Amino acid sequence: MAQVSMTVNGKAVSGDVEGRTLLSEFLRIDLNLTGTHIGCDTSQCGACVVHVNGEAVKACTMFAAEADGADVGTIEGQANEDGTLNVIQQAFQDHHGLQCGFCTPGMVMSTASLLKENPKPSVQEIRTYLDGNICRCTGYHNIVKAIMAASGQDVSAIAAE
Amino acid sequence: MYNFEMTRPSTIADAVKALKEEDAQALGGGQTLIPTLKQRLAMPSILVSLTAIGEMQGVCMSDAGEVCVGGATTHATVAREATAYPGLAAMAARIGDPAVRNRGTIGGSLANNDPSACYPAAALASGASIITNSREIAADDYFQGMFTTALEEGEVVTEVRFPVPEKSHYEKFVQPASRFALVGVMVAKYADGVRVAVTGASESGVFRWTEAEAALSANFTADALGDLSLDGDGMIADLHGSGAYRAHLVKVMTGRALKAAI
Ligand SMILES: Cc1cc2nc3c(=O)[nH]c(=O)nc-3n(C[C@H](O)[C@H](O)[C@H](O)COP(=O)(O)OP(=O)(O)OC[C@H]3O[C@@H](n4cnc5c(N)ncnc54)[C@H](O)[C@@H]3O)c2cc1C
Ligand code: FES
Ligand code: FES
Repeated sequence: MAQVSMTVNGKAVSGDVEGRTLLSEFLRIDLNLTGTHIGCDTSQCGACVVHVNGEAVKACTMFAAEADGADVGTIEGQANEDGTLNVIQQAFQDHHGLQCGFCTPGMVMSTASLLKENPKPSVQEIRTYLDGNICRCTGYHNIVKAIMAASGQDVSAIAAE
Repeated sequence: MYNFEMTRPSTIADAVKALKEEDAQALGGGQTLIPTLKQRLAMPSILVSLTAIGEMQGVCMSDAGEVCVGGATTHATVAREATAYPGLAAMAARIGDPAVRNRGTIGGSLANNDPSACYPAAALASGASIITNSREIAADDYFQGMFTTALEEGEVVTEVRFPVPEKSHYEKFVQPASRFALVGVMVAKYADGVRVAVTGASESGVFRWTEAEAALSANFTADALGDLSLDGDGMIADLHGSGAYRAHLVKVMTGRALKAAI
């Protein structure tokens, strides 16, 4: 066991981990932050996407020990300070960008990274960026729509499709 | 996953030393190794993480005009920073998905030498030099078949140097489930000739399509590919495509790469 310390959603945390402890396990089991979902555990689905030092990574494919000293952001840190949904989350709700909601934490975290890099993405850019986020309910159309809305773009054309 | 100890050295020298321990293994971005460990297909006792080694990070230009990429540099960084070699940056920008590119490294990709990986095609088409902690290996000598390279036990890819071509393009036919290349072709035109490297197709791993290289070195236009064809024998055949299909795809991808490069 080794001690790791990191900042998670702005709070300093630490814990003892084995070499093999995944970041996803540390978040979910040690910190009880179960919003980071495990869909595949094989790096394919993106349900576990979190931010490490501002970059989207799959928490199931990184060891907790590698995040020692890092600044980690999870879905639990996405809402506004007063607890209301942030722009991306609200747009997912408004545009029915989720059905069962299992993929949603990863979708929201990936979207946050996308909009940081590219504040007004095109539909094609959104689809390309979300290549690694799989929605088993296959609600992609409304997810794209939600992201267009979250980035302040017109969604009427998409609604008509 | 079996348990192991993790170390995160900050210098190449310390990493090389740590890798001398019995059953020690290097950890790059973990995008291949972590899934492998989960399947219990590897059983290291110590993982030596290379991502905290500053001297293995980043992209720069050598005095000889080559683009130099540190062995632990992520695909995302190469996509962003290898602007002096646009064909290379564009190749890196299409590996997997954004989260994979934020962790996966050039050294891990080249050490793994997956028969469908993108970097081996880029390195071979560029006639890159693979620099390790102990020597420099020419790309032509480095790739030795699927998942096999010239690397010795415990040897670390510390840097890769890419001579910059006049024109280049990597064309990838994506296998949508894995996001790897079903077939990928890199065409690179240098003053002294054209190099064409193919990934995803051959049972012997990445290879140079020498007939296409000769034809394109003489005449760098789409017409030059004319009647050239590849044999489906020795090509990978699986549920995604037969050998003959892949052989055909190599020519189509070469044509598209060429068109984009011109
Ligand atoms: C969903 C998904 C999609 C992907 N799509 C693509 C794709 O389209 N194209 C593509 O090319 N790849 C793809 N990959 C693979 C990805 O590029 C990996 O990052 C890469 O193959 C391995 O790099 P790594 O840094 O993650 O290495 P690791 O997984 O950490 O290591 C892989 C192997 O290399 C060794 N190693 C690592 N670094 C070094 C080094 N510097 N020197 C010597 N040995 C080293 C390790 O010991 C291990 O044996 C994909 C992966 C995933 C999960
Ligand atoms: S749970 Fe991590 S990618 Fe699916
Ligand atoms: S909403 Fe059900 S998996 Fe995406």
